[in-house]
Amino acid sequence: MSANYEDRPRGGGGYEADDDQDRRSMGGRGGRRIHRRRVCRFCIDKVDLIDFKDVRLLLNYLPERGKILPRRISGNCATHQRMLAEAIKRARNIALLPYTTD
Amino acid sequence: METKRQYEVVFIVDPTVDDEVARLTDNFKQVVVDQGGSVTKAESMGKRQLAYEILHKKEGTFVLMEIEGSGREIAELERRMRVNDRVLRYLTVRVDEDRRRAEKLKGRRQAKAAKRSASSSQSRRGPAVEFADANGE
Repeated sequence: MSANYEDRPRGGGGYEADDDQDRRSMGGRGGRRIHRRRVCRFCIDKVDLIDFKDVRLLLNYLPERGKILPRRISGNCATHQRMLAEAIKRARNIALLPYTTD
Repeated sequence: METKRQYEVVFIVDPTVDDEVARLTDNFKQVVVDQGGSVTKAESMGKRQLAYEILHKKEGTFVLMEIEGSGREIAELERRMRVNDRVLRYLTVRVDEDRRRAEKLKGRRQAKAAKRSASSSQSRRGPAVEFADANGE
Protein backbone atom coordinates (compact mmCIF):
# COMPACT_ATOMS: atom_id res chain seq x y z
CA MET A 1 0.00 0.00 0.00
CA SER A 2 1.32 3.38 -0.87
CA ALA A 3 0.72 6.73 0.72
CA ASN A 4 -2.04 8.67 -0.88
CA TYR A 5 -0.60 12.09 -1.44
CA GLU A 6 -3.55 13.25 -3.50
CA ASP A 7 -5.65 13.91 -0.45
CA ARG A 8 -3.21 16.36 0.98
CA PRO A 9 -4.95 19.12 2.95
CA ARG A 10 -4.83 22.43 1.21
CA GLY A 11 -3.48 24.45 4.09
CA GLY A 12 -1.26 21.74 5.38
CA GLY A 13 2.40 22.11 5.81
CA GLY A 14 4.23 20.51 8.69
CA TYR A 15 1.61 17.98 9.65
CA GLU A 16 4.25 15.35 9.99
CA ALA A 17 6.06 16.30 13.17
CA ASP A 18 3.40 18.12 15.15
CA ASP A 19 0.65 15.69 14.35
CA ASP A 20 0.06 14.64 17.96
CA GLN A 21 -0.05 18.17 19.15
CA ASP A 22 -2.48 19.04 16.42
CA ARG A 23 -4.80 16.24 17.30
CA ARG A 24 -4.95 17.19 20.91
CA SER A 25 -5.78 20.80 20.29
CA MET A 26 -8.60 19.87 17.96
CA GLY A 27 -11.32 20.16 20.60
CA GLY A 28 -10.43 23.77 21.11
CA ARG A 29 -11.20 24.82 17.58
CA GLY A 30 -14.93 24.77 17.99
CA GLY A 31 -16.96 23.71 15.00
CA ARG A 32 -14.34 24.15 12.36
CA ARG A 33 -13.55 20.96 10.61
CA ILE A 34 -9.92 20.23 10.13
CA HIS A 35 -8.90 18.35 7.07
CA ARG A 36 -5.90 16.25 7.62
CA ARG A 37 -4.04 13.76 5.59
CA ARG A 38 -5.80 10.44 5.99
CA VAL A 39 -2.92 8.08 5.81
CA CYS A 40 -2.23 5.06 7.91
CA ARG A 41 1.13 5.38 9.62
CA PHE A 42 1.47 1.64 9.94
CA CYS A 43 0.97 1.15 6.22
CA ILE A 44 3.72 3.63 5.46
CA ASP A 45 6.07 1.91 7.86
CA LYS A 46 4.91 -1.47 6.55
CA VAL A 47 4.08 -2.83 9.98
CA ASP A 48 2.71 -6.38 9.99
CA LEU A 49 2.54 -6.94 13.70
CA ILE A 50 1.76 -4.55 16.52
CA ASP A 51 3.32 -5.72 19.75
CA PHE A 52 1.34 -5.18 22.93
CA LYS A 53 4.58 -4.73 24.86
CA ASP A 54 5.57 -1.66 22.85
CA VAL A 55 4.09 0.82 25.28
CA ARG A 56 5.74 3.85 23.75
CA LEU A 57 4.11 3.18 20.39
CA LEU A 58 0.70 2.44 21.85
CA LEU A 59 0.68 5.61 23.94
CA ASN A 60 0.58 7.64 20.73
CA TYR A 61 -2.93 6.31 20.19
CA LEU A 62 -4.12 6.79 23.75
CA PRO A 63 -5.11 10.36 24.52
CA GLU A 64 -5.19 11.70 28.10
CA ARG A 65 -8.42 10.05 28.99
CA GLY A 66 -7.02 6.63 28.10
CA LYS A 67 -9.48 5.87 25.34
CA ILE A 68 -8.37 4.38 22.06
CA LEU A 69 -8.00 7.07 19.44
CA PRO A 70 -10.64 6.54 16.77
CA ARG A 71 -9.41 6.00 13.28
CA ARG A 72 -11.35 8.90 11.88
CA ILE A 73 -8.79 11.02 13.71
CA SER A 74 -5.65 8.95 13.47
CA GLY A 75 -6.31 8.02 9.85
CA ASN A 76 -5.34 4.39 10.38
CA CYS A 77 -6.59 1.79 7.95
CA ALA A 78 -9.09 -0.76 9.23
CA THR A 79 -6.60 -3.59 9.40
CA HIS A 80 -4.07 -1.67 11.42
CA GLN A 81 -6.68 -0.07 13.66
CA ARG A 82 -7.88 -3.55 14.52
CA MET A 83 -4.36 -4.71 15.30
CA LEU A 84 -3.75 -1.60 17.34
CA ALA A 85 -6.96 -1.95 19.33
CA GLU A 86 -6.14 -5.56 20.08
CA ALA A 87 -2.64 -4.64 21.23
CA ILE A 88 -3.92 -1.83 23.45
CA LYS A 89 -6.47 -4.13 25.07
CA ARG A 90 -3.81 -6.72 25.78
CA ALA A 91 -1.54 -4.09 27.24
CA ARG A 92 -4.37 -2.90 29.47
CA ASN A 93 -4.96 -6.38 30.74
CA ILE A 94 -1.38 -6.75 31.89
CA ALA A 95 -1.29 -3.27 33.47
CA LEU A 96 1.06 -1.73 30.93
CA LEU A 97 -1.63 0.76 29.96
CA PRO A 98 -4.53 2.17 31.94
CA TYR A 99 -8.16 1.33 31.36
CA THR A 100 -9.13 4.80 32.50
CA THR A 101 -7.38 7.81 33.85
CA ASP A 102 -9.18 10.38 35.95
CA MET B 1 -2.20 -31.36 15.06
CA GLU B 2 1.48 -31.84 14.85
CA THR B 3 2.59 -28.26 14.34
CA LYS B 4 3.99 -26.58 17.40
CA ARG B 5 2.21 -23.57 18.72
CA GLN B 6 4.09 -20.55 19.93
CA TYR B 7 3.02 -18.52 22.89
CA GLU B 8 4.12 -15.41 24.65
CA VAL B 9 3.45 -15.40 28.34
CA VAL B 10 3.88 -12.25 30.37
CA PHE B 11 3.44 -12.34 34.11
CA ILE B 12 3.84 -9.78 36.84
CA VAL B 13 5.58 -10.74 40.05
CA ASP B 14 5.21 -8.91 43.31
CA PRO B 15 8.41 -6.83 43.53
CA THR B 16 8.59 -6.88 47.32
CA VAL B 17 10.08 -10.36 47.09
CA ASP B 18 13.04 -9.42 44.89
CA ASP B 19 15.24 -12.44 44.59
CA GLU B 20 12.26 -14.70 44.13
CA VAL B 21 11.81 -13.69 40.50
CA ALA B 22 14.63 -15.76 39.02
CA ARG B 23 13.69 -18.76 41.10
CA LEU B 24 10.05 -18.46 40.17
CA THR B 25 10.90 -18.15 36.48
CA ASP B 26 13.07 -21.26 36.65
CA ASN B 27 10.26 -23.03 38.41
CA PHE B 28 7.80 -22.15 35.65
CA LYS B 29 10.31 -23.16 33.00
CA GLN B 30 10.55 -26.55 34.64
CA VAL B 31 6.77 -26.86 34.58
CA VAL B 32 6.71 -26.22 30.84
CA VAL B 33 9.48 -28.69 30.15
CA ASP B 34 7.81 -31.34 32.29
CA GLN B 35 4.67 -31.00 30.22
CA GLY B 36 6.57 -31.50 26.99
CA GLY B 37 6.93 -27.90 25.87
CA SER B 38 10.06 -25.87 25.34
CA VAL B 39 10.97 -22.41 26.52
CA THR B 40 12.60 -20.45 23.72
CA LYS B 41 13.04 -17.26 25.68
CA ALA B 42 12.69 -16.14 29.26
CA GLU B 43 13.66 -12.65 30.19
CA SER B 44 12.81 -10.10 32.77
CA MET B 45 11.37 -6.86 31.48
CA GLY B 46 12.37 -5.25 34.75
CA LYS B 47 10.47 -3.51 37.48
CA ARG B 48 7.82 -1.21 36.14
CA GLN B 49 5.09 1.02 37.37
CA LEU B 50 1.70 -0.63 36.98
CA ALA B 51 -0.82 1.40 35.02
CA TYR B 52 -3.34 0.69 37.77
CA GLU B 53 -3.20 -0.90 41.19
CA ILE B 54 -3.41 -4.65 41.44
CA LEU B 55 -3.98 -5.92 44.97
CA HIS B 56 -2.97 -2.47 46.24
CA LYS B 57 0.41 -2.74 44.58
CA LYS B 58 1.70 -0.04 42.31
CA GLU B 59 4.79 -1.73 40.97
CA GLY B 60 5.62 -5.09 39.56
CA THR B 61 8.40 -7.07 37.96
CA PHE B 62 7.44 -8.12 34.46
CA VAL B 63 8.71 -11.38 33.05
CA LEU B 64 8.34 -12.45 29.44
CA MET B 65 8.51 -16.07 28.37
CA GLU B 66 8.25 -17.50 24.91
CA ILE B 67 7.00 -21.04 24.84
CA GLU B 68 6.63 -23.60 22.12
CA GLY B 69 4.42 -26.60 22.51
CA SER B 70 1.05 -28.23 22.14
CA GLY B 71 -0.94 -26.05 24.52
CA ARG B 72 -1.10 -28.51 27.38
CA GLU B 73 1.85 -26.89 29.13
CA ILE B 74 0.09 -23.54 28.93
CA ALA B 75 -2.87 -24.92 30.81
CA GLU B 76 -0.63 -26.22 33.57
CA LEU B 77 1.46 -23.07 33.66
CA GLU B 78 -1.62 -20.88 33.95
CA ARG B 79 -2.97 -23.06 36.72
CA ARG B 80 0.29 -22.69 38.64
CA MET B 81 0.32 -18.96 38.15
CA ARG B 82 -3.28 -18.64 39.27
CA VAL B 83 -2.48 -20.47 42.46
CA ASN B 84 0.71 -18.57 43.17
CA ASP B 85 0.13 -15.49 45.31
CA ARG B 86 3.27 -13.76 44.12
CA VAL B 87 2.06 -13.63 40.54
CA LEU B 88 -0.13 -10.56 40.35
CA ARG B 89 -1.27 -10.99 36.79
CA TYR B 90 -0.48 -13.05 33.73
CA LEU B 91 -1.33 -12.89 30.05
CA THR B 92 -0.84 -15.58 27.43
CA VAL B 93 -0.96 -14.74 23.76
CA ARG B 94 -0.71 -17.25 20.97
CA VAL B 95 1.63 -15.71 18.44
CA ASP B 96 2.41 -18.29 15.76
CA GLU B 97 -0.62 -17.53 13.60
CA ASP B 98 -0.06 -13.79 13.61
CA ARG B 99 3.62 -14.23 12.94
CA ARG B 100 2.93 -16.53 10.04
CA ARG B 101 0.50 -14.01 8.64
CA ALA B 102 3.05 -11.22 9.00
CA GLU B 103 5.63 -13.37 7.27
CA LYS B 104 3.23 -13.99 4.41
CA LEU B 105 2.49 -10.32 3.97
CA LYS B 106 6.17 -9.55 3.99
CA GLY B 107 6.82 -12.19 1.36
CA ARG B 108 4.03 -10.88 -0.79
CA ARG B 109 5.34 -7.36 -0.53
CA GLN B 110 8.81 -8.47 -1.55
CA ALA B 111 7.43 -10.44 -4.48
CA LYS B 112 5.50 -7.40 -5.58
CA ALA B 113 8.56 -5.18 -5.34
CA ALA B 114 10.61 -7.72 -7.30
CA LYS B 115 7.95 -7.91 -9.96
CA ARG B 116 7.72 -4.18 -10.21
CA SER B 117 11.45 -3.72 -10.71
CA ALA B 118 11.47 -6.58 -13.23
CA SER B 119 8.61 -5.15 -15.28
CA SER B 120 10.10 -1.66 -15.28
CA SER B 121 13.39 -2.97 -16.63
CA GLN B 122 11.48 -4.87 -19.28
CA SER B 123 9.57 -1.82 -20.49
CA ARG B 124 12.85 0.02 -20.83
CA ARG B 125 13.92 -2.51 -23.41
CA GLY B 126 11.09 -1.44 -25.69
CA PRO B 127 8.05 -3.16 -27.17
CA ALA B 128 9.91 -5.01 -29.91
CA VAL B 129 11.97 -7.01 -27.44
CA GLU B 130 8.96 -7.73 -25.30
CA PHE B 131 7.16 -9.15 -28.32
CA ALA B 132 10.11 -11.39 -29.09
CA ASP B 133 10.07 -12.65 -25.51
CA ALA B 134 6.41 -13.52 -25.75
CA ASN B 135 7.02 -15.48 -28.94
CA GLY B 136 9.85 -17.37 -27.38
CA GLU B 137 7.69 -18.83 -24.64
